[in-house]
Amino acid sequence: MNLSKTYLFSILFTLLIAFSTLFVGEDIVNSAQDIWYLILGQAEQYQSIVIWQWRASRLFSAAVIGAGLGISGAIFQSLVRNPLGSPDITGFNVGAFTGVLISIVLFGNLYWFSVLGALLGGLFAAVLVYLFAYRDGHSGFRLIIVGIAISATLTAFNQWLSLTVSLETAMTAALWSAGSLNGMTWMRIMPATLLIVILLIASFLLSTRMKLLEMGDDTAAALGISVNKTRLTLMLVGVSLTAVATAITGPISFISLAAPQIARRLHKEQNITLGGSAFVGALLLITADFIAQHGWDNSTLPVGLVTVSLGGFYLVYLIIREGK
Amino acid sequence: MMACNTRTANKKRYQWLAICIILLGLIILASLCIGAKPLALNTIYNVMFNDQQGLASTIIFEGRLPRTLNGLFVGMALGTSGALIQAITRNPLADPGILGINLGASLAVSIAIVFLGATQFTDFFIYAAIGALCASLLIFTIGSMGAGKVDPLKLTLAGIALGAVFAGFSSALTLFNPMAFDQIRFWAVGSLDIRSLSVPLFIAPVIIVGCLLALSITPALNAFGLGDALAASLGSNPIKIQIIGLITITLLCGAATAAAGPIGFVSLMMPHIARWMVGPDQRWIIPFSFILTPSLLLFADIIGRILVVGELRVSIVTAFIGAPILIYLVRRKGVSSL
Repeated sequence: MNLSKTYLFSILFTLLIAFSTLFVGEDIVNSAQDIWYLILGQAEQYQSIVIWQWRASRLFSAAVIGAGLGISGAIFQSLVRNPLGSPDITGFNVGAFTGVLISIVLFGNLYWFSVLGALLGGLFAAVLVYLFAYRDGHSGFRLIIVGIAISATLTAFNQWLSLTVSLETAMTAALWSAGSLNGMTWMRIMPATLLIVILLIASFLLSTRMKLLEMGDDTAAALGISVNKTRLTLMLVGVSLTAVATAITGPISFISLAAPQIARRLHKEQNITLGGSAFVGALLLITADFIAQHGWDNSTLPVGLVTVSLGGFYLVYLIIREGK
Repeated sequence: MMACNTRTANKKRYQWLAICIILLGLIILASLCIGAKPLALNTIYNVMFNDQQGLASTIIFEGRLPRTLNGLFVGMALGTSGALIQAITRNPLADPGILGINLGASLAVSIAIVFLGATQFTDFFIYAAIGALCASLLIFTIGSMGAGKVDPLKLTLAGIALGAVFAGFSSALTLFNPMAFDQIRFWAVGSLDIRSLSVPLFIAPVIIVGCLLALSITPALNAFGLGDALAASLGSNPIKIQIIGLITITLLCGAATAAAGPIGFVSLMMPHIARWMVGPDQRWIIPFSFILTPSLLLFADIIGRILVVGELRVSIVTAFIGAPILIYLVRRKGVSSL
């Protein structure tokens, strides 16, 4: 398959999934005419509410958040030059879970409190990792090890907390930690979208310097890059992208890990690309959310569970195909 | 390290090794003595060798001894397998968790709880072992597909990918089933607390065989770390090393996860600590991981017993003790990355 065919196929597939997400299910849309009226804005009120207020906002959230997570993964894998690199190494997701657990234990299951708890907890963890890893600048390796240590401590704390609280509280928290797009309204996604778009632009502006940094600290410095400053900026952009996404949906795992690797293989390139990662991230999350809504009897799964399975299987497929 | 210093370096390493072994011995004794009811050393001696009956004997044989042996063997398995996984994948971040083996065990336990009605810890043992075994076979097969040999990067990615799938499935099974969720949340934290000697005695031969296998390939692992081509030209057979390594990892991780649940962090951390103590030489890293990990695990277990009334789980205490050590060590100057 050559490159343009791959692109064409991916774009068509994305459109197909987007179309299905909007119009399939629950007997809301029954004919092509309904769809035409919906697009023109002449449909009945209940139809337009379901499609444009509920389903479209959810689809849009999936695309935006998927793209954000994909880019954030690409940045971190490039920063630490390791396919195991992901925003998780900063301990952000684990810290966010700590924040949410504490917020649920103290205030009960309130959406905006969870958002706040996730942000504060995640940033707390990321700042801890950053401070402990700092010593005459940062090395990718030290960052990873400190990240693992801090994450392990926070995970231990989370586990201890989940064992001591009631079963109901523990399950509420576990549901959050699976990551879900349920109840994504325009009001919830819009502020996040603004932030993610700004961060996406910032990351594309940084992409040249990111590529130079991949060649090694010394080479990059010789080519005129201020290594520490660039690394800090990149980290900040990457963490912020994850932060925004995680705060509003819970940690949707695996997209930031899988998207850059899948994009790299689709492009048949050695390096990790930002645009490709964003596209694959969005596509992954849209597809996963469609499956989450329609794949499992009548209940809606948390989309995070689908992303891990889907992304996982696809990565396995790519690995097998590469071996041949 | 300079060549002329090799002998002094080795002498220092032997000294360290002796210190670590003595330390492990002391911790084992402490683990037998310390608990909700402290026992004196001579009581333990009488119970073990003079057949003294009574409360002390019950505490020893149905509590402390199984628990200590469990910690000892699980620790050995976790340390050795961690060092071996990092060597075989040539990735200093790999551990049984990243290779998806623990997650395979968790999935098997979830399936057992939801569909097969398993409720006892002893039931979980066998399912976890089967799950870990199947998971590692699957991951190693996929990681070595096509090229006819194991590609370390591919192996790592296959582990992450399948591990994620396993985790997703087990969450999907348990998130909507409160009863299963309640059981799995306790199993998933991991514990050394075993009430009978049968578990440690069952895993002991597996783990001893695994550790011997691991030690048998350590001399070749240094060459292996340089890459397949260089290793082959230095006279070792990379494919053979990988196959033995993967079999060993399967045995060790399967036994450890079955006996104590998915405890991950120690097996990632201890090989690094060993490396910083003895330098980047697998002939030393693996034995040191083998001795040091049970020490940390048992020490954490003792702390967990005395710190709070209800006992803190060993993996939780391990993380709280281990993480600061790891951070302190990685911040020193001149730390070798691998």
